[in-house]
Amino acid sequence: MAQVKEYPTEPLKIWNEAKDLRRKYYEDYLTAHERGGLRWAGGAWSFSAIPAGLGEDVYCLTGEPYGATAAFFKDFTAKCHDAVEASGFPRTLCAYMRNYWGSVLLDKYILADGTIVDHYPTPDFIWQDHICCSHGKWYQVVKWLEEKKGKEVPMYCVDVSVGYPMDKPLEEYKIDYIVQQLNDGIEWLEKVTGRKYDDKLLCDAVWNEIEATRLWAEICTLNQAVPAPLDEKTMYSLYVMGTLMKHRPECVAFYEKLKGEVEDRVRRGIAAVANERFRVITDTQPPWGFLQIFREMEKYGVVSLGSLYTYGLIGMWEYRPDGTWAPRELPPTKPQTREEALKMIVEWTVHRPEWAHTYLPEAKTKMMVSIVKQWKVDAVLLHYNRGCEGLSLHIAENRLGLLKAGVPVFPFEGNMGDEREFDLPGTLARLTAFFASMGLKKLRE
Amino acid sequence: MITAGVDVGAKYAKVVLVENGKNVLTRANGIVEFDVWKSATEVFEKASLGVGLKREQIAQVVATGMGRKIIHNKPPINAVEIVPEVIADAKGTYHLIPTVKTVIDVGAEEGRGVKVSENGGVRDFVINERCAAGAGTFIETMARALEVAVEDMGPLALKSTKAIPMNAQCCVFAESEVVTLIHSKVQKEDIAKAIHDAMASRIASMVLRVGVERDVVLIGGVARNPGFLPPLRKELNTEIVVPEYPEYAGALGAALLALEMEEQK
Repeated sequence: MAQVKEYPTEPLKIWNEAKDLRRKYYEDYLTAHERGGLRWAGGAWSFSAIPAGLGEDVYCLTGEPYGATAAFFKDFTAKCHDAVEASGFPRTLCAYMRNYWGSVLLDKYILADGTIVDHYPTPDFIWQDHICCSHGKWYQVVKWLEEKKGKEVPMYCVDVSVGYPMDKPLEEYKIDYIVQQLNDGIEWLEKVTGRKYDDKLLCDAVWNEIEATRLWAEICTLNQAVPAPLDEKTMYSLYVMGTLMKHRPECVAFYEKLKGEVEDRVRRGIAAVANERFRVITDTQPPWGFLQIFREMEKYGVVSLGSLYTYGLIGMWEYRPDGTWAPRELPPTKPQTREEALKMIVEWTVHRPEWAHTYLPEAKTKMMVSIVKQWKVDAVLLHYNRGCEGLSLHIAENRLGLLKAGVPVFPFEGNMGDEREFDLPGTLARLTAFFASMGLKKLRE
Repeated sequence: MITAGVDVGAKYAKVVLVENGKNVLTRANGIVEFDVWKSATEVFEKASLGVGLKREQIAQVVATGMGRKIIHNKPPINAVEIVPEVIADAKGTYHLIPTVKTVIDVGAEEGRGVKVSENGGVRDFVINERCAAGAGTFIETMARALEVAVEDMGPLALKSTKAIPMNAQCCVFAESEVVTLIHSKVQKEDIAKAIHDAMASRIASMVLRVGVERDVVLIGGVARNPGFLPPLRKELNTEIVVPEYPEYAGALGAALLALEMEEQK
């Protein structure tokens, strides 16, 4: 076995806090009614700060992280898929969506630790946006499924198909188009919940979201250090807070604390992977049931630093005049009125990097090449994810763009949430071949 | 110095003994049965004892192929190092044809495309995912459906001039398609050609993902099938070179890597 430099390493101190926060999130949603609160369901990309104006006892369940949690527990997800397919839906649909629908059909709710609770907690309303073809229909089907159980769940969807401001700001009328929908949405929320809307809570939530998503980008930037203080598998348990509760003060507080700890790791040279000698990034969601591929990579001294997905689904970024990709600057002041808050959150949200490729595949390539350069990346692993059409869109074109930029690329097929479409031994065999072609030998068994 | 390369494939194990990285002393192969270690050992001993060599007279052994881990550091072969197929393919083919830029390796269960660097290394590669529809097993399965010996499939295909599309992308569904063609009274040679055309199309589409640069060299057991080369040439629109012993290229590469390892000691 080859000998390489060993960096000091140690577990994250904030790890248990992350676990507790995530566990509490799912439990809060489950028990919201016991405390007189409200439950809503929608996507992780939705404007989650808006329902926050209904009160501090409003809890959401975002569908994609829920689908990913289910995917991690393979026995449960297999039952979800069976239930969905038995209902006549094809297995080619979004895997997260199928896990979610399956959970509703089975009338079972899975917690972050894998505990399965009887009776799926029906939301009081659905607050969604249209980011891809699946998200446009996801909750329409949930609404039907709940109707079959005799439950009426009102639904509101926001159309966000206004393009991506890669090189120039979005036109005002496009921003206004979304702002107007959110204004209408607030009236709708008051009507369906019977609650009076509080603009102060909205302004707080918008500012929380902006701060949290900026903080996450700053944390990801710290991974430019050699050795990297975080590895991607660990980051999955950290970025998830932003997908669950990006608008909540707990999320801001968690990311502030995490940033402090990661800065300290960089100062002290603490590595995520002790024998780091080759740095990769991935793309799109991983096959959640097979995260051991990251541990397998470590046997070769390979650290995965993250991905455009882990950095850009929650983090907000921008290109600086010097051409570097960096955390987006905060707006100068916190919003004080509903109008200011809505405009601010829309302008902020349309910069989400993970939207870019649906309009401009070359924008995604450009961002990935920036990550490769700034994070000192040696190669990119691309997951041709059959479970997510939205984020796999144009991925083959991204591969060509990366190769053109001189970046070695390893593509592999799989599915983020359906284990039937992931071949673990085959993928590991090909990954081994890729590492060998990069001159890497296994350091340990 | 004598080194050996052992390629433990899905269907056959291949062994090559090389002297000083230049002269091939011997080649041997044999079917890989359920006991992979036993099968590989038998082929290894057939090769080495055939030229009067004991294991201790062979300086170094490197293994490649799907079953390489089974003989890694395990007597009597004691392969001290294992390498993925694409690495061995590139090395062995470059040794045989130094102008090679693209290697296409079609074995029993896998098809691979390898872009070869200036020194016989790997620039990029692609391997077929999951289905055997782009590998030798596909032809074997179809030969059974046609009730033709597998070695007769290629010559049979060459008799046909018809182009019958086979659309199924899966070995199992393709077999159903063949059965349908049989029931439709399509001639055997035309079905055989359709099978080779379909396989060539799949391999070409896979290799095109890494790009095709001349010289293009076809290796692996399927390279011996005369019915496969014409449609592959047509699909890739390029000349394709087949070395004299195409199925041994990976084992040869492993033997050459074994020499490099010895020299680096």
